Amino acid sequence: MEAFGLLLHGFAVLLTWKTLVLMVVGLVLGIFVGVLPGLGGPNGVAILLPLTFTMDPTSAIVMLSCIYWGALFGGAITSILFNIPGEAWSVATTFDGYPMAQQGRAAEALTAAFTSSFIGSLVAVLLITFLAPMISSFALKFGPPEFFAVYLLTFCSFVGLGREAKHKTVISMSLGLLLAGVGMDTVSGQLRMTFGSAELLRGINFLVAVIGLFGISEILLTMEERLALRGHAASISLRVVLSVWKDLPKYWVTLLRSSFIGCWLGITPGGAIAASFMGYNLAKRFAKDPASFGKGRIEGVFAPETAAHASGTSALLPMLALGIPGSGTAAILLGGLMVWGLNPGPLLFVEHKDFVWGLIASMYLGNVVGLVLVLTTVPIFASILRVPFAAVAPMIVVSCAIGAYAIQNAMFDIWLMLGFGVVGYVFKKIGIPLAPFTLALVLGNRAEDAFRLSMIGSGGDLKVFWSNGLVGSITTLAILLLFWPVIDGLLARVGWTRRTSATSR
Amino acid sequence: MSRTDHEIVVDDPTAPEDDSPSVVSSDTVEIVVCLLLLALAAILGYDNWRTGASWDSTGPEPGYFPFYLSVILGGGSLYGLIAALLVRRAASETFVTRAQARRVLAVFVPTLLFCLVTQFLGLYVASFLLIAGFMRLIGKIALWKSLLTAFLFTAIMFVTFDVAFDVIMPKGPLEAAFGY
Repeated sequence: MEAFGLLLHGFAVLLTWKTLVLMVVGLVLGIFVGVLPGLGGPNGVAILLPLTFTMDPTSAIVMLSCIYWGALFGGAITSILFNIPGEAWSVATTFDGYPMAQQGRAAEALTAAFTSSFIGSLVAVLLITFLAPMISSFALKFGPPEFFAVYLLTFCSFVGLGREAKHKTVISMSLGLLLAGVGMDTVSGQLRMTFGSAELLRGINFLVAVIGLFGISEILLTMEERLALRGHAASISLRVVLSVWKDLPKYWVTLLRSSFIGCWLGITPGGAIAASFMGYNLAKRFAKDPASFGKGRIEGVFAPETAAHASGTSALLPMLALGIPGSGTAAILLGGLMVWGLNPGPLLFVEHKDFVWGLIASMYLGNVVGLVLVLTTVPIFASILRVPFAAVAPMIVVSCAIGAYAIQNAMFDIWLMLGFGVVGYVFKKIGIPLAPFTLALVLGNRAEDAFRLSMIGSGGDLKVFWSNGLVGSITTLAILLLFWPVIDGLLARVGWTRRTSATSR
Repeated sequence: MSRTDHEIVVDDPTAPEDDSPSVVSSDTVEIVVCLLLLALAAILGYDNWRTGASWDSTGPEPGYFPFYLSVILGGGSLYGLIAALLVRRAASETFVTRAQARRVLAVFVPTLLFCLVTQFLGLYVASFLLIAGFMRLIGKIALWKSLLTAFLFTAIMFVTFDVAFDVIMPKGPLEAAFGY
């Protein structure tokens, strides 16, 4: 197998002391970020991104992805010990994880969470290892119309499948696409939407926006809530770990089902959060005694954690193979790739083999190292929560500012970050989703270029998006997804749907 | 059922009260945001139309793509505006209570001042002032702890970014006095 050989080469690239140290540093920072209130995966990666600017791309992506794994692990700690989900996708873990901690089985719950996270990621990484090269070599045949159709598909599926009000998703997305266009037009060299401002000439940097939207706004939101907490301190002994692992084979159906759900939803844009809930609900539905869920059942930890990690990891598949991120964090990693001068997309697998396979190998290695690390250091990280938020909040603000400034060495960007912080705060509170905005901002220029190149190629005929079977079916699928709620409603009315209780959510 | 073996307890003495009166309702904010977005869409749409939003011999002009996006943004915000106006009569959710607003401003105002100070005195001085001031005045943490934490954090940032990783931050007169 070609993929296998390349993967081994990837491991060879990674197995140096320097990379391993970076990996551990990244994981520790990530767990730290995941445990702290008001910070999570995307914020952590965005804030810590500047640290990596001076590294070579492979070291940088290894460190960043480890921050991401660490944050995912860290979220489980607060969910189980304190009943505080760090991220939307940790919510389902609290249902059974916290009751277990209350019954004095915190160590068991944590071991279950970490182990199932590991299994979920592993399945997703295996999928990436074998599927990503195939997709990317297939995508090498893509021309501008195909790429635009794929971008369209991404945007439309956010609108059609998202849980938020449709017009709010549309607002968020079109605003992102518009702001991506500010500055010099890449095709004609003309200035757009700068209003004579020299600062806007550079355009609105994606990472600056993300740091404001996720970092600053999250601090503001966190301050609104009661920050008092009480929870359990826990340490994990080897005996508990081994006893949980011994029982693991009993739950293979749950683990496999959740991994599958996670991988599927992770690849679908905008599906990452739904995965953990779906994993949990299906485990509950297929159980012999559904009533025992929510009262501290270990399967209630296995199911959502496996799905959450599988989706978090597989969200990187479309990013690597097509240059389309499947989640907010993947979008930020994609922004990082661009900073290091790498152009994400199918060519990445051809032009930067070392980088891609180094990254994939780091997913395997990072998860193994991460599992060992969290299992041994839980007590230390749980006690981080003792640090008062009044000390943590200003440090996060400073880190955000450093991050925003470092990207282009511009003071203007610090102000821009502050502005986006306010925008993010208001948007979150009135239910305008930020993920489509992030995605649109990072993909905006590429989507526009693809559109214009296809238009130039066809002489302005929109039929180019139906010019062959491939591009035609992607475009049609995109439009179907855009109007999916309408179609779904119509089908339900005609009685064509399998669901007996239609639209019961 | 609930055993009292809690071992980590953190209190929040200044937490916002639950019964604090509402400052503004979500619907009102939504209407304001939609109006602002509508105005933004109009300005950007006009600018793109001026740049050229039609076709010429080489294909779409630079303003073409963003012009239609402004139209979509405008449409979305108009829809949101109408939707928010229609549901306005129903019992509206609170956007922010007075106690919450006080806490949010307690972070936002220092952050704003921090940006301002960064502009004139450099990032490290501003960071020291922000952390020490915030911990002391808002967190009510002992003065020596606040100063020490602020100094250590700022020093670590300086060594990490300016010295070790060569990521240069904005500096002011203080750093200049030390020759940086």
